[in-house]
Amino acid sequence: MINPQMVIYEAEFNRIQESVDNLVRSAHAKVVFVVDKNGQLIAASGEVDHLDTTSLASLTAGNIAATGGMAKLLRENEFATQFHEGKNAHIHIQLVGNRVILVVIFDSKSSLGLVRLRVRRTTEQLAEIFESMNRRPEEQRDGSPFAEITDEDIDNLFND
Amino acid sequence: MTFINLMAREINCKIVYYGPGLCGKTTNLQYIYERTKPEAKGKMVSLATETDRTLFFDFLPLELGEIRGFKTRFHLYTVPGQVFYDASRKLILKGVDGCVFVADSQFARVDANEESLDNLRINLDEYGLSLDQIPYVVQYNKRDLPGIMTVDELRELLNPDKVPDFEAIACDGKGVFETLKAVARLVFMELKKSGGTGPAAPGGGKMPPPPRTL
Repeated sequence: MINPQMVIYEAEFNRIQESVDNLVRSAHAKVVFVVDKNGQLIAASGEVDHLDTTSLASLTAGNIAATGGMAKLLRENEFATQFHEGKNAHIHIQLVGNRVILVVIFDSKSSLGLVRLRVRRTTEQLAEIFESMNRRPEEQRDGSPFAEITDEDIDNLFND
Repeated sequence: MTFINLMAREINCKIVYYGPGLCGKTTNLQYIYERTKPEAKGKMVSLATETDRTLFFDFLPLELGEIRGFKTRFHLYTVPGQVFYDASRKLILKGVDGCVFVADSQFARVDANEESLDNLRINLDEYGLSLDQIPYVVQYNKRDLPGIMTVDELRELLNPDKVPDFEAIACDGKGVFETLKAVARLVFMELKKSGGTGPAAPGGGKMPPPPRTL
């Protein structure tokens, strides 16, 4: 495929989830999530039940893309960290390995200093996980669940 | 870039609606949003100006159901059509899995269509992509208006490679789902061709050794 895919297996997903779960606790955050730079939500933790994480993921990626565009115009590589301060909620956004985005939403129960400190450690963990995914050998592709897709399967998606 | 989560058994694809200003990209998404069951759609996000012109993008997440045991999620994006928003347009194309070019059928917009299509080619090229490499369909919109070109004329100008194309009146919904379905079909065909994810076990359970790089 021209456009490479991101495929996450169970073991990797569990490691990512464990990292974000830990960050919610250690940073006293409300929500932590990991998004890829194209806006796909990879993992989330914390008080996510009433949160539109899909839209947040897409907007975060748009935000990072726009900031990256500005960085390019200024001949910077990237602005790796962003912080948005609200009245009650604050968002800390960290680019990880120029590949994925780590987002922490927190309130007055935490502080920017604590979040930055804890994010640093999680960033290293995530960078290592995604780096190891990057190093995966390109091997067997047979037996894919998508190799046998039929026109009928696709038509069924659009029924009613 | 298709994102496949074998743990959650879901696949996410990004479709971008491209085209000149006021051609009906946002209208396509609005119609899809209105006609999709609540449980199959997320919130539609529009980053627009006060006069409802797209400023950065519109975004609509859709869940189309299962295919071979995998939940399929499509993230539909539009780009801002106005010429001076080119930097934003380029950003939205990043990671695109399928593209819809929405053309305005009116004679008066012939130059705008061609300019936008050239711009799409140039911006894809920046990501090392070209229209003949990605799932791509064309929609001729506004077929209900006076002063429109024939489909043959439009086809000759805008669809020399004869990819799937559709007539549409997006505000009434005509051709909207046909277009979406066609591009979705091509995305899945591309996945099939590329071998998808490698040796994943559709029955779930223990995951096989990882076969693909990012």
